[in-house]
Amino acid sequence: MTIKPGEIAIVGAAETTKLGAIPDMAQIMLHADAALNAMADAGLKPSDIDGVACVGQMMPQQVAHYLGITPKWVDGTGVGGCSFMLHVRHAAAAIHAGYAKTILITHGESGKSRINPIPRPPEPQSLNGQFEAPFGPMGPPTLFPIPVLRYMKKFGVTHEQMAMVAVVQREWAAKNPRAAFKDPITVADVLNSKMIAYPFRLLQCCLVTDGGGALILTSSERAKDFPSKPCYILGSGESVETTMVSQMEDFTSSRAFRVAGPEAFRSAGIKHSDVDHLMIYDAFAHLPMYGLEDLGFVGRGEAKDFIWEGNTRPGAKLPLNTNGGGLSYTHTGMYGMFALQESVRQVRGTAAAQVPGVKTSVAHGVGGMFSASGTVILSNQQP
Amino acid sequence: MTLEPGRPRPEPTPETKHFWEGAKDGKLLLQRCGDTGKAYFPPRPFSPYTGTRNVEVFEASGRGTLHSYVIHHRPVPGFKPPYAIAVVELEEGPRMMTNIIDCPQTPEALVLDMPLEVAFVPMDDSISLPLFRPSKGA
Repeated sequence: MTIKPGEIAIVGAAETTKLGAIPDMAQIMLHADAALNAMADAGLKPSDIDGVACVGQMMPQQVAHYLGITPKWVDGTGVGGCSFMLHVRHAAAAIHAGYAKTILITHGESGKSRINPIPRPPEPQSLNGQFEAPFGPMGPPTLFPIPVLRYMKKFGVTHEQMAMVAVVQREWAAKNPRAAFKDPITVADVLNSKMIAYPFRLLQCCLVTDGGGALILTSSERAKDFPSKPCYILGSGESVETTMVSQMEDFTSSRAFRVAGPEAFRSAGIKHSDVDHLMIYDAFAHLPMYGLEDLGFVGRGEAKDFIWEGNTRPGAKLPLNTNGGGLSYTHTGMYGMFALQESVRQVRGTAAAQVPGVKTSVAHGVGGMFSASGTVILSNQQP
Repeated sequence: MTLEPGRPRPEPTPETKHFWEGAKDGKLLLQRCGDTGKAYFPPRPFSPYTGTRNVEVFEASGRGTLHSYVIHHRPVPGFKPPYAIAVVELEEGPRMMTNIIDCPQTPEALVLDMPLEVAFVPMDDSISLPLFRPSKGA
């Protein structure tokens, strides 16, 4: 039988105790710190956990052993920063199937301090190594914005409109004591910040921080026995396209977004008008625009006006990236976990910049440079 | 033109060897799907459109247009900033990442959809990179 909307719930959620610069913790300890906080939130001990998911080869066993967990289900799906959306989706399916009862999903990344991080070089024999690396890309700031000029030309987006994404997110960050950057900025500030990779400047690129987060999932039947308000998983979606941004089917739209997003809405059985709160992974300033369009919140080419006119600001109709996002809150390297954490806080009613009356939240993630996508829809109401 | 030392060097695999051998000889080699006739890139011995192994290698015209780019302003081994990391859309359809040579690395000079032509620049005795320059006729 297919999984029903609201059949599985998040009963524990927490970030690392500190965010930003955490020079006193190696990467594995960031996983553990977040996991211990999430277990405390759920009133659980490691021995209560029977499933573990985290990103990367050999990581589930490292995290499980470090925490003293004996899992009977593991998932090491690593498709970049949205992997946690996929973990939530896979964990929900595993609990539905009876493979595990209580699943812990962890993220920890020493993105800034680089204490025992996972190395990420493109191998010279890989397709990226042969057909992109020789032309001088140096990490995400040079690769993720590659499609932006095409998007701007196709839809007539101005540099000012693209800058507005960062301005609005800073308005949200100002309300959040844990956000890395809280001082207000203007469009002019964005357009006068240091040029990184034209057309993007420093304030249009995400932070690089240390931190982590963890989630605990169980069946909604059991969720009622936990101390926190259950956060029901209504639906989810996932997809991948290509690790090579140069090979994206369409530079003005993400195919992975267009698969993951609609599948999440379909499986949740909700409409866009049911969404009270939205997180779109913003490693760079164009992502909220692509996300709004590819998920169908606005039509193609309409995101520039939608954001410029203030529809995603505090107090407006579609609160977007209410923690301040990867641009102003935090970005360890794999931000998807933090988008999910903010969605959980908003549906629990415990966010720093709490939106009044949130019932349903969408957390939409990207992995790599438009390489993968995962979408999760959460609610405090069980259908 | 010569390349600065320090660029990441591609290492061909059995599936891509023909492409790099062609590049060394000054030929831009693409592949064509035997079912649909459509060209594709990067190289592989089957069609990404239908899965057929009936594919052929052919020499592309070397002409294309500037599809999108960034101009990187930070130092990278093998490159002098600012430099453009570009994607060219080939006349035959596929797109590929490249650099634009013989052209100022500025937004004013790098205009989307401008015509480009391939120019092979050697890295060493066995690898030449397909870079692009503004078309002479343009």
